[in-house]
This record gives sequence, C-alpha cells and structure tokens, in this order.
Amino acid sequence: MAAADRQRPPFVAMLRDSALAAVVAALLAVPLLGVRLVDNASGLTLDRRLPLVLYAAAAVFAGRLLLSLAGRYLAPSLRGMTASLPGMPRNSLVIFGWVLVAAALLLPWMPFAERNLIDKLTLILIYVMLGWGLNIVVGLAGLLDLGYVAFYAIGAYAYALLSMHFGLSFWICLPLAGLIAAMFGIALGFPVLRLRGDYLAIVTLGFGEIIRVVLLNWQAVTNGPNGITGIERPTLFGLSFSRAADGPTFAGFFGIEYAPAQRVYFLYYLILALAMLTTLFAQRIRRLPTGRAWEALREDEIACRSLGMNPVTVKLSAFAIGASFAGLAGSFFATRQGFISPESFSFIESATILAIVVLGGMGSQIGIVLAAVLLVGLPEWFRDLAEYRMLVFGGAMVLIMLWRPQGLLSRREPTVLLDPKPASAEATVP
Amino acid sequence: MSEPAATLLQVDHLTMRFGGITAISDLSFAAKRGDITAIIGPNGAGKTTVFNCLTGFYQPTVGRLELTHETGKRFLLERMPDFRIARDAHVVRTFQNIRLFAGMSVLENLVVAQHIALTRASGYAVAGLLHLPVYRKAERRAVEKARYWLDRMGLTASADQPAGSLPYGSQRRLEIARAMCAGPVLLCLDEPAAGLNTRETNELSDLLRDIRREHGLSILLIEHDMALVMEISDHVVVLDHGACICHGPPAKVRADPAVISAYLGTPEDEAIALTRGRS
Repeated sequence: MAAADRQRPPFVAMLRDSALAAVVAALLAVPLLGVRLVDNASGLTLDRRLPLVLYAAAAVFAGRLLLSLAGRYLAPSLRGMTASLPGMPRNSLVIFGWVLVAAALLLPWMPFAERNLIDKLTLILIYVMLGWGLNIVVGLAGLLDLGYVAFYAIGAYAYALLSMHFGLSFWICLPLAGLIAAMFGIALGFPVLRLRGDYLAIVTLGFGEIIRVVLLNWQAVTNGPNGITGIERPTLFGLSFSRAADGPTFAGFFGIEYAPAQRVYFLYYLILALAMLTTLFAQRIRRLPTGRAWEALREDEIACRSLGMNPVTVKLSAFAIGASFAGLAGSFFATRQGFISPESFSFIESATILAIVVLGGMGSQIGIVLAAVLLVGLPEWFRDLAEYRMLVFGGAMVLIMLWRPQGLLSRREPTVLLDPKPASAEATVP
Repeated sequence: MSEPAATLLQVDHLTMRFGGITAISDLSFAAKRGDITAIIGPNGAGKTTVFNCLTGFYQPTVGRLELTHETGKRFLLERMPDFRIARDAHVVRTFQNIRLFAGMSVLENLVVAQHIALTRASGYAVAGLLHLPVYRKAERRAVEKARYWLDRMGLTASADQPAGSLPYGSQRRLEIARAMCAGPVLLCLDEPAAGLNTRETNELSDLLRDIRREHGLSILLIEHDMALVMEISDHVVVLDHGACICHGPPAKVRADPAVISAYLGTPEDEAIALTRGRS
C-alpha cells in the first residue's frame, strides 16, 4: 500500500488518508455522539443526532488533511526555525533572562496590572519555582521523580501545623518547612538509592500517594479531607496586610488606605523572590562540584564511583535540595491560600511540574518559565473554554513535543570553560 | 624484597565465584611500585574480573588484596567499597567499553575527576555557594591540572565540546586523562588499545611509559595487543580459566610452553605475536 501511495501524486494520497480517518471518526462518533437517551413522558427514547456524526467526520477529515499539508509544506520551514534557535548567541539568552526579571519586577506598577493578573502570575511563579526545584532532581541528577508534589505538600502542612500549634510566624516556618521537606527527601532517597529510571519513577509515584493518603486519613493531625483553615497570613517585618489586626498593619504604618490588593502584590513579590532564590541557587550549584557530580551521576554512575564519588551522598543531596525548594514553595502556597487540603496535592500536580521541566527542556531555566506560562497560565486564561481547555492543553503539548522533542530550550552550557571570555564567564542565565 | 614498600599491590589467593561458576580461582601475584604490570590471557580468562575485584565493583569470594602506599599506609581493598578504593587508596581505573560523561564537556570530565579535592575546597559547597576566593583558587588549579592533561593528550582544541562527540581514539585518551586527574597511585587500564589503529597504539605505548616515569605511577594493564604488552610491561601475568598459568618478565612469558598452549586455538595472530613478540 505504501509503495502504491508513493506512485500517486502526494495530494491524492493525503485525500485518501484523510477520508480513511474520517470514516474511522464517523464510526466512533455513532455511539459517542450519534445517539442520546432522552427522558420523555413516555419513558426513555433514543434521540438520533446524525448531523453531529457528520460534523465530527468532517472535522477529522479537514484536520487530518491540514496536518498532512502542514507536515509537507510547513515542516521544512519550521525545522529551519528550530535550527536557528541553538545558533543564538549565548548572551541573548542571558539578556532575555534579565529582561524577564525586570519585567516581573515592574509589572505590578503597569497600568494594565490588575489584581486578577497578579494573582495568576503568582500561581505561575509557584510552578516556575517548583519546576526549577524539580529540575535539580530530574534535569541535573537524572533521577525521575513522579512524587515531587509530596514535598510541596509537606512544606505546606509543615507551615500550617507549626503556625497553628506553636504560633510560629511565616518567616520562621519558611526555612523550617524547607528543612523538613529536605529530611523527607532524604528519607525517600534511602530506599531508592539502587533504583533508576522507570523503577525509580514507580517508587516515587508511590511515595507521593503515600503522603497524600496519610494527609487524608490522619484526622487527628491533618484534619483529613477537610484540610486546615485559617492559616496565618504572612507579614512584612511584622506588618500585617489585614484591615485590622492585633499588631500594626501595612496600610496603617505607611499611612495609606487599606486595599485587599496590597496583600496580593506582596505575595507576588514574595514568590518572585523565592523563585529567584531557587534559580540563583540552582545556577550556582550547577557550577560547583556538587552540581557537576549530579550531572556526572546522570551520565554514568559506575564511572562516578570509579572516580571516588560516593553515589549515596550525591543522590541524597539532589533529593534533599530538590525537596527543600518544594517545601519552600509549599509553605508559600499555604500562606497564600490560607487553607490547604490533600486535594491540592494530587498526582496531577506532580505530572504538571514534571511536564513543565520536560517541556521547558531539561536543565534550561528560561525554558521552564516559558513552559510554566504555557501549562499553568494558558489553562487559567482560557477558563471560559471550560472542558475544552484540557483538550487544547493536551493538543498543545503534543505539538510542542513533535516540534521540539528535546524541550523548548535545551542547550546545555558547560559549567566551566577552558579559556572563558571575561564577559560571558561571570554571566549567569537566570 | 629489598624494602617493605617495594611491593605496591599484593594479591593473595583471590577467588571469585558467581554461583557455580568460578571466574578466578586462587590467583596470587604481586605488582611492584613503578612497574607496568600486564594481565593477559585468552577471552574469558577472568582479566576484567580481577580488575573489578581490585576496584571494588565485585566483592571477592576469597582472597586478600593489599595495597601499600609509599608512605607505608596499607589498604585491604577487598574490604572497601568501590568509591573509597578510588578516593582513599587511589586506585583508579578505565573501562573496556569507554565510560565517559558523554553529555558533559571534555574539560568538565576532567574537573569532575577532581571532585574530592574540589569538594573539600568548596567547603562542601558552602564556600562555593558564597563564591569565596578559596574556592575560586581551587577551581582554577583544577582547570590548570585539566589543561595539562588536555595538552598531554592533544585534546586542548576540543576542551569545551561534549565528550561524546569526540572520535573513538580521543575518547580513549580522554578516559586515561580523566583517570590521571583523579590522582592515582595505581592506574588500572582495561584494554586501552582496543579499537585503536597501529599509529594510535604506538602513541599510547609512548604515553604510558612517559606518564609512568614523570608521575611516579604504577600501571596495571589488561591488553590483547601482544606487541604493546611485550613492549612496555615489566611484568606479565598470564591468566587462563581464572588461574595464573605463568608470570614473569615478558621474555620469560613469551617462551613459556603453558602460555603458548593456552593461546593456541585462540586467534592465530595473537599466538604468533606472543611467540615472536616485537621488541
């Protein structure tokens, strides 16, 4: 059949292919769309909806044809576009990174910035931070972790419980939550030391579920599915962002009028600072022996051992540091929401974070930002599309993976150059 | 035995069994400090298994592997995990099927090999994170050491390229350079000439002799290229079916009837090379 197709003009083959797809779609659409049970006065009757079947078949026909045409005429030019990407000078990425940072800093002062937008950006930044944290484990150390959300949950609950029972402030709990998450990272690390790849993925997946199920069922401590409410909101050097509080309020201290948006802006800058801390840390540690050891471990564990590196410490440090950033993000999440429940930490969160890392291009900091905007931002903005947004989301992911299977931006820069040019040696890609 | 530290490595009654299969049985030999000791034998004789026992990748079933540093410090290798053998006893190896960090640059491969020294200098990442001068200096030293080995191996031009993109011969040299950057007392080379052409093999033999002389190194060598073995070894250990059938200087081994018969039935050219030699 393939040989016969090659003889025909390509357009005919495409038409035939599309027709075949349309027939399959029509067959599938008959039971799925074509009939519906209607509850009438006379009982249940079948409502036949032939037009819908035809629409579906026509849509598939047109889509398939467009895809073939695009593959034939558009793909070469797309490939040309991608080929030019890695050729970009390294400095342009650095500049782009700083422009992004500057934009993020100035954005709340822009006239079009309203509370809703800042709120969405805050959410995106949480995922950027989680992506950067997971990238240490997956991108650098090559340890496929499908249960990353567990550390996020641990950070959130650590803050909520510490604040509730011991009255500790957010700023004390933040590093504590990071530490506690890191300890859990090590606890997870020990049993999985010998595992790699798919096996590791399964165990970490299980770990993520264990944490969620424990949170769900340990009523006495976590209040089960009802979650924890009334989590203390963060303060700026003791200034609270409430209308009225026991202590001084932000609005009162600066003598400005109280506005609920002040807290939104504050939270935005807080997560921006946390995310920047994550990326600066990741950038620097990549250039240190610790980071190089992670990458070496990803490349070849046996060679690492033959050079005197202890694989236990290398792996555990990656798990611990990756987890601690999730812990920080988690306690931020808790303080932002004021309410947490196990529902927020389901597997789909882990999958989203992992998708951000993979889509962004393993190891690329800016790529992760772009991927987080795509994967978290777009679904938020297209909420009006209701259930179709997941369809669009899935389609976009398939397209990106076809277009750039290595991720949006995935060029690896050596951590040390033999003769670094003074200009680019000190520059880091944020 | 003139002085106690003349013997670098003493292997006594080494036996390695995998289930019912005995890969090495009751093997004993010694390697002198500063020597190039070759381990040869037909395919499947257990040569790489000896290396894996020495470098801790296998735990020997029976036997004692004693390494003595020049300082008189002794290490019982059979009791140490692999990474400690490299880190503390300074026994560093290369692999039969090259194991580079393919995605990392050539220079990074050499800097990673200096992990232990650099980790200490970076104060277990604290001084490094703070970008303190003490770490920057240590890193510069590591890069200079790497530069020396890049120059030695003729790899300077490709220093910033991914190691996996190098041609095969260069990858072999890079692996030796990486092992040297780890600061070995005993360098274990597993078939370093495999896949090299004649010119590259000759260069390799010069290189090994030179680095042994210049760096006070001892080398343990597994090799199938008999010409190379006969040319550079001071001492040859011949294995067959996991047992040592002969050991001594190359000239003695070459004439030994047991060795010749072990090699008959194996590839002809090797047997011929063994009987005629090259030097």
